[in-house]
Amino acid sequence: METFLQQLPTVLHALNIGFLQTLKLFIATLVGAIPLGLLICFGSTSKYKIISGFFNIIIWIVRGTPLMIQLLIIYYFPGLVLHNPVWGGSETGRFMASALAFIVNYACYFSEIFRGGIQGISVGQDEAGLVLGMSKVEIFVHVKLLQMIKRILPPMSNEILTLVKDTSLARIIALQEVIWAGQSFMKGSQGISGEIWPLFFTAFYYLVCNGILTVVLNRLEKKLEFFR
Amino acid sequence: MAILKVEHLSKSFGSTKVLKDICFSLEKSEILSIIGSSGSGKTTLLRCLNFLETPNNGIILVNEKEVFNGKTQKTLTESQKKENRLHFGLVFQSFNLFPQYTALENVTLARKLAAKKEKDYKSRKKEILQEIEEEGIQLLKQMGLEHRMHQYPHQLSGGQCQRVAIARALALKPDILCFDEPTSALDPELTGEVLKVIKELAEQKMTMVIVTHEMAFAKDVSDKVIFMDNGVVLEYGSPEEVFDNPKEERTKQFLGRFINE
Repeated sequence: METFLQQLPTVLHALNIGFLQTLKLFIATLVGAIPLGLLICFGSTSKYKIISGFFNIIIWIVRGTPLMIQLLIIYYFPGLVLHNPVWGGSETGRFMASALAFIVNYACYFSEIFRGGIQGISVGQDEAGLVLGMSKVEIFVHVKLLQMIKRILPPMSNEILTLVKDTSLARIIALQEVIWAGQSFMKGSQGISGEIWPLFFTAFYYLVCNGILTVVLNRLEKKLEFFR
Repeated sequence: MAILKVEHLSKSFGSTKVLKDICFSLEKSEILSIIGSSGSGKTTLLRCLNFLETPNNGIILVNEKEVFNGKTQKTLTESQKKENRLHFGLVFQSFNLFPQYTALENVTLARKLAAKKEKDYKSRKKEILQEIEEEGIQLLKQMGLEHRMHQYPHQLSGGQCQRVAIARALALKPDILCFDEPTSALDPELTGEVLKVIKELAEQKMTMVIVTHEMAFAKDVSDKVIFMDNGVVLEYGSPEEVFDNPKEERTKQFLGRFINE
């Protein structure tokens, strides 16, 4: 007990720093994957077969392979195969590679959710907008967007909670996120070694974070209950 | 001078001919009812007038100006369609109100978006929006909905929704207002309140094209009636001609039930 209390401040400090990196990756992914997902969604539903085919193949590849492999390929392929290590060996490079992999991966999943959300809106909404002289862009922005957001919020909430936990996969390319930080005390770090509890303790960070996110997302859902 | 003239209009979906050689004309302030069984092409005709579908052939003239000519131009650009649509208003069977906007916002949205493109929008923004708002309120009052202006569509009855939809169509001041079975989704009581509003519009000399299954109403309110069957105009004339002295056997058969009532 005494050693635990002695270790606690050091461990918490390290885990906090690790979790900050986790959060950064989480936010970067959301900020990048939502617009990219919308773009892929429009691409995959394009009336031009070449465009929709292209985007559907991308979606198939990204959703059909493990994110962990995608991370490894994106990080190591340029250096080991092309002999052009674009990412460098620094933590920043690892973060950039992780963010790229996560953004592309999640954008593909988001795009399918968006597609469902848009296609679920009755064509009557488009037609009503058209006969009122609105353009297709105006109809999307002013009529369909909010209806789509309302529809996709429950599946998006699911994806967002999953994303928080999936960030731990970046550990595979040694991104110094919270699990990496917890694990470091097994090998030995800052005078503590052979301790497993910091690793187990990282679960608590995810739990709190997702608890807060759940509350926020539920509130958002409530806010959109003013229409049906 | 005809406000609307349709000549030899035809429309196919794939190999199915939905409209065949449709001809009719409409004077200002006249009301045309289109009757016929389901699948006879009534709704497609209305959708062609509103450019939700592009006809394959024929001519559409509004105020003697050609808005569509299948001989010279097979396809229309989006902006041409958009411009043509402004001559017409369309009220749908299923209302198609925008659920996230209040009754008043539904009525004013399109006008507000259009106003943004006006040259003097920046300098007169407040005035313009105020004006649109007031006209919207006026229209909803006319529809008997002054107490419902700030409610959302899901808080309104079907009849109220349809009246909001009529106000929304009127807000753009169309030359011709079209109705696609405006009461088919309503029970008899709610049907009455919507028909009453359409009658009031008739008294105010609004030019209208109404696709309907309400035979008594069509006979009562119309200046001209078209009976469509299988994509063809079988009967075209005054309500007396079509309802009381139909020429075609098919029309008699269709009207049989109604006349016996």
